Amino acid sequence: MKNRVLMQGNEAVVEGAIKAGMRFFAGYPITPSTEIAEQSAVRLPQVGGHFIQMEDEIGSMAAVIGASAVGTKSMTATSGPGFSLKQENIGYACMTEIPVVIVDVQRSGPSTGLPTSPSQSDVMQARWGTHGDHSIIAISPSSVSECYNLIIRAFNLAEKYRTPVIFLMDEIVGHLREGIEFDDEAEVEIIERKMKQRPDTLHLPYHVCEGDDVPRFHLTGYDIRYNITGLAHGPDGFPTNNNEVAGQLVTRLMKKIENNIDDIVEVEEKFCDDAETVIVCYGGTKRSVMSAVEELRAKGKKVGYFRPITIWPFPEKQLSALPKSVKNIIVAEHNYGQILLEVERVIKDRKIGFVGKVDGTVITPSEIVKAVEEVK
Amino acid sequence: MASELIMKYMREEHLPHIWCPGCGHGILMRDVAQAVKNLGIDQEKVCLVSGIGCASRAAGYMDFQTMHTTHGRAIAFATGVKMARPDLEVIVIAGDGDVAAIGGNHLIHAARRNIGITVIVFNNDIYGMTGGQYSPTTPTGEFGTTAPYGNIDRPFDIAVLAAAAGASYVAKGTAYHAQQTIKLIEDGLRHKGFSLIDCAGICATYYGRKNKKGSAVDMMKYQRDNTITFEQAKTMSREERSGKFILGKLVEDDFPEFSDEYQKIIDRLKEAKK
Amino acid sequence: MSKMEIRLAGSGGQGVILATIILAEAAIIAGKNTAQSQSYGPEARGGMCKAEVIISDEQIGFTKVTKPTFLLALTQASLDKYAVNVDDCIVMADSSLDIPASLKAKKIYALPILETARTEVGKAFTANIVAVAAINAALGLVSLDDLEKAVFRHIPKGTEEINRKALYAGERLAKTI
Repeated sequence: MKNRVLMQGNEAVVEGAIKAGMRFFAGYPITPSTEIAEQSAVRLPQVGGHFIQMEDEIGSMAAVIGASAVGTKSMTATSGPGFSLKQENIGYACMTEIPVVIVDVQRSGPSTGLPTSPSQSDVMQARWGTHGDHSIIAISPSSVSECYNLIIRAFNLAEKYRTPVIFLMDEIVGHLREGIEFDDEAEVEIIERKMKQRPDTLHLPYHVCEGDDVPRFHLTGYDIRYNITGLAHGPDGFPTNNNEVAGQLVTRLMKKIENNIDDIVEVEEKFCDDAETVIVCYGGTKRSVMSAVEELRAKGKKVGYFRPITIWPFPEKQLSALPKSVKNIIVAEHNYGQILLEVERVIKDRKIGFVGKVDGTVITPSEIVKAVEEVK
Repeated sequence: MASELIMKYMREEHLPHIWCPGCGHGILMRDVAQAVKNLGIDQEKVCLVSGIGCASRAAGYMDFQTMHTTHGRAIAFATGVKMARPDLEVIVIAGDGDVAAIGGNHLIHAARRNIGITVIVFNNDIYGMTGGQYSPTTPTGEFGTTAPYGNIDRPFDIAVLAAAAGASYVAKGTAYHAQQTIKLIEDGLRHKGFSLIDCAGICATYYGRKNKKGSAVDMMKYQRDNTITFEQAKTMSREERSGKFILGKLVEDDFPEFSDEYQKIIDRLKEAKK
Repeated sequence: MSKMEIRLAGSGGQGVILATIILAEAAIIAGKNTAQSQSYGPEARGGMCKAEVIISDEQIGFTKVTKPTFLLALTQASLDKYAVNVDDCIVMADSSLDIPASLKAKKIYALPILETARTEVGKAFTANIVAVAAINAALGLVSLDDLEKAVFRHIPKGTEEINRKALYAGERLAKTI
């Protein structure tokens, strides 16, 4: 049965996460993500799962990794200052390859900034926030429906690639209420972590089977006892000072994402086929761009937009493949120019413009229209 | 030939351990293994979580499901483990800096919640892994590499701290008094709620040398000759108590355990749905 | 109706945010598209409070109200702040407010919303429901049935009667315009 309901972005994240199999949430109150904790507190015990409000952001991150390490799909949610605090343990999850989903409903910064105002200034922190070389996946929704659908995808990718996935939201979408349609009969793909089957490698928690990119899991409490460590480790999971083994590990952590970019990366392109100007945008900013592009198209302007749904890894292949007709690219984002850096890295032969905002207000469609019309 | 206990509960291939000769941690680690054995706890169901520091290396040596996590956060990781899998026997081994400085917040809140994990502190009054800096349990006036003129900090008594935070089982053991300490750990493991056993270790290399405490054997003898009970401590002045180790139970109380209480919510909602 | 951009302003505690959520819910029930948002912040606790809802038959891009087609003001401060550049906007204000003679709007309605809630319905806290019904009737958004369904999804159990009373009172108020 199809059912259309009004829902807030933050609430849709929780519903989607539960659909994906989340059964543990640990968090700490912080605006503008708090509704995710509140809704998890209501919903998780209803489905036999567990919610805990931890003493701080660091502890929340630790708790979700702990829960996932023993076999339970887990999520935490936070915003800027809390995201900063979680970084060390996000690195632990990268190193130990424990799947977790971290929702960051971005707000204006730096520091406490404007707690209730939209921003997209954690883009680079999502990529490079924790120390050391590591791979990461970050996904950014633009609507309430996407909060639901893409958080499921975030869990699927986390499980498939044994990695933390950052669900990079913004206040625009997090606090937005709009219609969302649920279809009981629609098939939703839910990916579960691959479990170990070969007895000969059962004792090696970080052994990677041929044809796999990541080690398979084993459920804690049965048959075998593993060690997990944030120190450099070999297939046996124990610390090592062997430089070759350490190098291989970090390389594999990078490659497991890099080698599967086509599976991981998703973009949305609209009106790009004949466009002369393409606006690059993501998350809540897409809504402003959408309205601006409609207005400009109505005026006969050849304008389209390109939206990375997967922010990290950055969709450089898709961006490079924009048609020859595209002469100008304008990056629109609620920061001082973060994805702009990526666009500048990838695009060398076209003019690149920028519409950014750091005052806590939302980029309006008319500001984008103006930027497009000013392009010479 | 290693003893039966070592063969069963230690990962022999990862021994010898990295701890210095004379370190008390080996004794304390063995105490934990002995307590698990005495209680007949299913080895597969033990999840041992540790943070960073000398004590935390125990996770690599002990043959349980082990998680060597980030500095100070072991109790928070363990909280997630226990919530997700209440069937597991969750043990945390932590050092004094790990559990009372960087991880102090997790300690007091886990105690307050009374979540059913057992924290065993290998307390040697110093940061050993980084080379002898003063810790939150280093007595005032003692020396560390970062207290070259004598420590002006006042130390925490981790057991008293945990008790004040609401822990339902708190005890103090020592490296020297192995038999009594094993018993205290057993009672802690058997205890349903949050339990903490603060065990006095021995760091001859850094703490001992910096503070002219003599050899590891001298320190061990000192521990033997200067250990009192909580009852005795109560009758002593602060000066008399200074330099003494305490052995015994401080708190043993019965409060609802956190994951049990949460299960009641789940059950209640399930019942209401019917 | 193509696209309505509705802004409700008042003081924290008057239920302005809930009013926009109810309008959005009603729009969904009636099969329309909607986007609801509000200004968050410490000012939502007693100070000025603003919430917005867009209702449209078309897909909604930009989710914030840029040029309201309808403004409700329940306090003098909110009227003074938001009733500017409202030439193409319908302004509804509580009749206790001082509406400047110079105010130029598409239409100006002064309705005793707060007074009606207090005396006719008998509970001051129902002012937002009175307002919701008056707005709905004035703009012809959805049927009263759909609106009632929306209200019932967002109020505490056991308060249906008083809220229904508020709805009807609001509906009647709109007939005076």
